[in-house]
Amino acid sequence: MSEKELGQKWDRCLADCAVKFGTGLGLGIVFSVVFFKRRTWPIVFGTGLGLGMAYSNCQNDLRSRYVLHSKYFSFEQKLEAFASS
Amino acid sequence: MLRVCWKGAHAAARQCVWGKVKAHPLQHCRRYTTAGDSGSNAGKIVAASLLTVGGGLGSTILYAKWDPKFRANIEKSVPYSDQLFEMALGPPPPPLVPLQKKPGKIEPLQISSLSEASKESKQPKAKAKKSDPAPVEAPPAVEEAPAPTPQTLEEASAEAAHIISAIGEVPSVPAPGTSDESPPGHTAAGEESKDHHEPALKERPAEEVSARLAQQDKVEQDALAALTAGLEESLGSSAKTTLQAIGAQEAVLTAIATHTNKLKEAMDSQTPPDEKSTQWKALNEALSDRTRAMEEAEEALLKAKGELEILRGVINSAKQSKIDAARPQILAAEENLHSMIVDLDKVVTKVQTAQTEAKIMSQYSELVNEAKAQFQQELANITPEIQANWKGLSGKLSADDLNSLIAHAHRRIDQLNRELAEQRVREQIHIEVALEQQKLEDQKALERAVASALEHRREDMRLEQEKKVQEVREVMEAEMRTQLRRQAAAHTDHLRDVLKVQEQELHEEAQEIMNSKMMEQETHYRRLTQEQLDTFTLDMNAAYARLKGIEEAIDSHVIAEEEARKAHQLWLSVEALNYTLKSAGADSPTEPLEGAVGVIKENCAENEFAQALASALPEESLSRGIYGEASLRARFYDIRRLARRVALIDETRNSLYQYFLSYLQSILLFEREQVAPPAKLAPEDLDTFRLLAYATYSIERGDLELAAKFVNQLRGASQRVAQDWLKEARLTLETKQVISLLLAYANAVGLGTTQAP
Repeated sequence: MSEKELGQKWDRCLADCAVKFGTGLGLGIVFSVVFFKRRTWPIVFGTGLGLGMAYSNCQNDLRSRYVLHSKYFSFEQKLEAFASS
Repeated sequence: MLRVCWKGAHAAARQCVWGKVKAHPLQHCRRYTTAGDSGSNAGKIVAASLLTVGGGLGSTILYAKWDPKFRANIEKSVPYSDQLFEMALGPPPPPLVPLQKKPGKIEPLQISSLSEASKESKQPKAKAKKSDPAPVEAPPAVEEAPAPTPQTLEEASAEAAHIISAIGEVPSVPAPGTSDESPPGHTAAGEESKDHHEPALKERPAEEVSARLAQQDKVEQDALAALTAGLEESLGSSAKTTLQAIGAQEAVLTAIATHTNKLKEAMDSQTPPDEKSTQWKALNEALSDRTRAMEEAEEALLKAKGELEILRGVINSAKQSKIDAARPQILAAEENLHSMIVDLDKVVTKVQTAQTEAKIMSQYSELVNEAKAQFQQELANITPEIQANWKGLSGKLSADDLNSLIAHAHRRIDQLNRELAEQRVREQIHIEVALEQQKLEDQKALERAVASALEHRREDMRLEQEKKVQEVREVMEAEMRTQLRRQAAAHTDHLRDVLKVQEQELHEEAQEIMNSKMMEQETHYRRLTQEQLDTFTLDMNAAYARLKGIEEAIDSHVIAEEEARKAHQLWLSVEALNYTLKSAGADSPTEPLEGAVGVIKENCAENEFAQALASALPEESLSRGIYGEASLRARFYDIRRLARRVALIDETRNSLYQYFLSYLQSILLFEREQVAPPAKLAPEDLDTFRLLAYATYSIERGDLELAAKFVNQLRGASQRVAQDWLKEARLTLETKQVISLLLAYANAVGLGTTQAP
């Protein structure tokens, strides 16, 4: 159903957000612990990174319908396509 | 660098191309220029010649248009010019001028030919007449054809007239009267040309013609007989009287002669006195005789002259009666007349001369008597007592008387001598005068004689001329007869040909008429038979049609019952289909409609409309079934919620932030849930919330269709959200529509089949 689609997307979005958040957090913690002497900023950074990615993914997913796909063709390619069609 | 190379290549290519192009035009130009001069010269010459020829042609045509004679000339001389002229100017004008000249030329010809024809026409009549009185009058022996000849001749002359009038373009000049009773025997040809009668266009039958001719002959014969009789009579009488007159004149002559002799004797005084008295007596007698004779002669002369005049009159009338046969007689009569006149004149002249002599004699005697009387008177004067008869008294005379007598005699003698001398003197003059007188008288006599001689001569010549004319006439008549015979022959030939042609034509005509009549009869017969056939066929057809009608009625009843049964079945199946719709659950679709639709299709296999409708059901409904209205309604509210939430999202705004905003909007926007939709949608009604409100309103009222329409107007993410619902709604609506149509149809069919189809 088309009305369920949005809900599905939101579900995916949230799931993805959660995952990315967690992953970012984790990686941030790891990095902060391992490389950056238990500073806070890698955690935040990682979390932010994760959230950001999740946000971007979510937006993309929600936007996916409206995105225009284009392709560059050369003249010869077009001719070939035309000839072959 | 590529660009440079590209430019260079372009330039090279251009140069190459242009260079080649440049070379050719130059060469072409050169060629043109080199050929051009000579070409222009030749062209000039060609152009000039063309112009000349064209000008000549044009001027010829123009002039031909103006002058038809020129045109005729050119047409005669140049072979195909007449076609050219006809093309350019139209047909040549009709030749009016020569036509006008022709009648003038033809007329004199016609008149002469008419005269010929009339002469010819006269000749046959003369010929015919001559043939009849041939035994009577012994004319020149001309062979004659029998009765047909007059007819053919008449026809010939009529035909000649026809031909002449047909040839000539003057129909008004009529042919001479061949059928009319124009009196024949006309001498002058000029008079004949005046006889213009209308040609006898109808041919009279032979008997009539011959009868007419016979009648004419008889009439002429009678006239001739009468004429001859008259002539003879008058000739006889005039001859008699002339002879009488001549005799009388001669008697007069003798009487005059005797009288003169007697007078001479009486004058002669040498006879004794006794005889003198007898002489005088005789003289008186002779005188009286003479006078008597003269009177008689006068009378006779008058009578003779009268008779001659009568004769002349008769001759003239005979001439005027124009009978040819009488001509010689007339001539003879004229000759007789002339001779009689001549004789009479001679005698008259003789008498006149005698009379003049007698006059002279009498004058002389008178003179003598006068002298004697005078002498006697003188003597009486001198001797008064002497008596008249003094000659017997010679003895009784005295000497005185004698002396006086002698003196008187001497005196008389002297006087007489003197008179004689005077007379001698006057003699010459008198003689001259007398001579003159004589001359005059002689001249007069001469003139008279000359005149009479001239007249006689003239008469002679006239008679000779008439004789000659008569001879010539006869010759001409003979010739004319031959010519006419020839013409008659030609005419018969022509007639034969014409008759042949006519016969053929008539035969053909008759044949045609017969054929046409036959065809008519045939067609009529055919028509009648055809009519019979047609009526029979019509009856048969009518009977057959009725039979067919009856059969059809029966069949249609059967069919109607069949139809009714079918309709009933259809209705049942449609009802079943309708019922299946009710099998829709809350959220589940109905059963697949395949079965019911299959049943319908079975039931109405022949019904195209039902078939079409049954196959118009969407596949989904058949295979999967459709959702019920209630489920759709429930689903709609979900849609509504969702659509409200994503109302702001479309192609341009579709970030997460926009999502958040639209969600916020949907929470914060307060509106009525149901709004009655207007009749017409305005642009501001196309707002999501409004549309949803309208749709809600309609769906609450059960109008799924309208709700679907409003939902269809959603745009953007709302549209996407409502897509499926819309699809389902469409499906349901379609199916419901088809089913309702089928139901209506089944009902209609069922209704319809209660009546006869």
